Amino acid sequence: MVLKSLTGNYAVALAVKMARVDVVAAYPITPQTTIVEKLAEYIDRGELDAIMIRVESEHSALAAAYGSAIAGARAFTATSSHGLLYMYEWVNWVSRARVPLVMAVVTRTIGPPWNIWTDHSDYYEQRDTGWIQGFAMDAQEAFDMTLQAFKISEDPRVFLPVMVGLDAFILSHTSMPVEVPEQELVDEWLGVRTQGFIIDGGEALIHGALSSPEHTEEFIEDVGKAMGEAVEVIREVDYSFGRTFGRSYGGLVELYKCDDAKYHIVLMGAWAGDAMEAVDALREQGYSIGVVRVRYTRPFPGEELYKALGSSKGVIVVERGISFGSMGPLFLDLAGNMLKYSRKLPYMRNVIAGVGGVNITYRDFEYIAKETIDYIESGGEPSVMTWYHARWSK
Amino acid sequence: MSKLTKVVKSLHKIPIAKPSIGVSGRTGTWRWMKPVVDLSKCTKCYQCEIYCPDNSILVDVLKGAIVNYEYCKGCGVCAEVCPVKAINMVEEEHYGS
Amino acid sequence: MNSIPILPRDMRNTVLPGHAACHGCPIPMGLKVVGAVFGNKVILVVPACCTSVVLGMHPGTAFNGSVVHVAFASAAAVASGISAGLSRRGVRDVQVVAWAGDGGTADIGMASLSGAAERNDDFIYVMYDNEAYMNTGIQRSSATPTGAWTTTTPLGKKEPKKDVAKILIAHGVPYVATTSIAYPHDFYNKLKKAAGIRGFKFIYLHAPCPIGWRFDPSLTVKVAKLAVETGMIILYEYYDGKVRLSGPSRPLLDKSKRKPIVEYLKLQGRFREINEEELRSLESYVESSWEWIKKFMQ
Repeated sequence: MVLKSLTGNYAVALAVKMARVDVVAAYPITPQTTIVEKLAEYIDRGELDAIMIRVESEHSALAAAYGSAIAGARAFTATSSHGLLYMYEWVNWVSRARVPLVMAVVTRTIGPPWNIWTDHSDYYEQRDTGWIQGFAMDAQEAFDMTLQAFKISEDPRVFLPVMVGLDAFILSHTSMPVEVPEQELVDEWLGVRTQGFIIDGGEALIHGALSSPEHTEEFIEDVGKAMGEAVEVIREVDYSFGRTFGRSYGGLVELYKCDDAKYHIVLMGAWAGDAMEAVDALREQGYSIGVVRVRYTRPFPGEELYKALGSSKGVIVVERGISFGSMGPLFLDLAGNMLKYSRKLPYMRNVIAGVGGVNITYRDFEYIAKETIDYIESGGEPSVMTWYHARWSK
Repeated sequence: MSKLTKVVKSLHKIPIAKPSIGVSGRTGTWRWMKPVVDLSKCTKCYQCEIYCPDNSILVDVLKGAIVNYEYCKGCGVCAEVCPVKAINMVEEEHYGS
Repeated sequence: MNSIPILPRDMRNTVLPGHAACHGCPIPMGLKVVGAVFGNKVILVVPACCTSVVLGMHPGTAFNGSVVHVAFASAAAVASGISAGLSRRGVRDVQVVAWAGDGGTADIGMASLSGAAERNDDFIYVMYDNEAYMNTGIQRSSATPTGAWTTTTPLGKKEPKKDVAKILIAHGVPYVATTSIAYPHDFYNKLKKAAGIRGFKFIYLHAPCPIGWRFDPSLTVKVAKLAVETGMIILYEYYDGKVRLSGPSRPLLDKSKRKPIVEYLKLQGRFREINEEELRSLESYVESSWEWIKKFMQ
């Protein structure tokens, strides 16, 4: 095991290399570009035995990765924002096709106007596509999650593509220490690629043919079932990763100081670190609060979240994006999924913040939490949804 | 590594199809005209078989061109390409059967 | 069995009877030739087009080989990916053939086509040209010729036909060829030749559509032959920097040997309302195509 200082992007690239990917479809877009640049370096230096297809668009990037994957190769691509939106047709295709594949998404605000900084709209807009979606908080998790993505995707109970998300610049371009395991151990743990079928001329197979509504419904329902099974698979993979490499994240959700917490902040992404700092400070001031960090938004960990939040006095969902005309998508997912377990929901508040890449610091989280908790403790009801403007970003 | 990619057949419902004759049923019922081969004129030149879009006319080396009426749609391409006009398109007497 | 020539002998178990094609459809005629060359050791990459429907519905398919159906704009990109994946796995005995219509190639597929050509990715791309978006009900594409009726050009298309083969020649790919369903042996030979070349190969296949062009289904081959005999469609190969005319087109360098184009047009209902100006435009299109050929034959 070796300790390296890696940016989020380089951590992802290293994990892709260690997973012994066969084909990388590469197209540049800020701030994902350094992932494919690093992979190009690895390939040219002979450190990664793979083919790089330098495609002419993101739509073709996922199409080409899909082609390699359906032919039996381990394939990877990375994108952000408009690139992800451009390949949206293919995002939907790959999952319905049941072809295992891994993609990294460095989340970036959607334009106009042009904006290269982080928010989660591009990522969250993929929630209906049938991809398993994980979101990393730091470079170590970006590395671990990428390795795990291959194993989850290729599990016969799943056979669905996996997206690994990480925030633009605050994670993608920020260096952090990463424990890098031995290649032999990774090979042993990850193993050879498995998939449900291969199209390589071995036998005459036809994929994706015109199908009746009844047959189609079966295929679509099966994607849903596989998503259901994926919850257990993600937990198993996390657990076996922990046994092999010494690091486990506890499942689809990370709980920070929640054992005795009465209030909870729910969020995903790099800024969860800032929320955790805020919680430390708040606890010193006597507030009973914890952080519930959502690691995987698909499959949505409704049960885990209900267990953590079901008897909360106040749930504050802070998120970096909004479904225009409705509320924050993470909030909507949470509220909807909680109803599967109880008709009585705790007090829930949706705080939209950091959209467009506005910097949110631990002091902002402190402010948000205090305002909400003080209101509730004094018998009041703060607004269910609010747009928070950063006070301390400069 | 990927040379060893394993196929694990699962119980998943996946959109995989296999080659099959008659995917659109007995397309012979689509006919309103049908080709009739005058075997005495047939020179077994294979033109009809080569061009038939439905692979429904095959030349038997001894007998000549034989039509597969189960699937022949009656398009008439065979009659048109036959260099000795050995094929006649006649009205199909069994509409839709 | 040995006395039966390759065509039709090797066509027999390729396209399976009972498929969904219209009467007289040129697509299965072309697929029979592909099957004759490669047997079932072929992976067709098929974007949205008539073929997506012609092959029939799940759980069966009327083709005895592998098919990967893909999104409309991506035949070339997926074919690139499959080719790379197979090469990584050391699989050498199967041919990847992108099989796409004119809409999926010349219009929505242009970017991915150009990308694959520029990268010289190793597969054969066959564009079968029925000169419109036929699968969706006869709408014009950039490959529709001047004067032709379509549902989106009821008064006849104004613009000239986009020549995709020339675009691929400009990309400098190892092999470009034009073919027609009227000449299956020529198509067969060109497919075979392409299969022996490493890199990106493009084959144009002229495929008259009885329903879209408005002619009796029995005339598909006759119309296709006339397209060549009038010089509207020129059969050639391009490799090693030169254009080489193919058999049926060779004598037509001599203008006087070409049949008048009205003989071709009058068989097709889609040209019924063609006016003088459009007719002249078609004639000069033929003229300039041949002039171009002559230049590139040096």
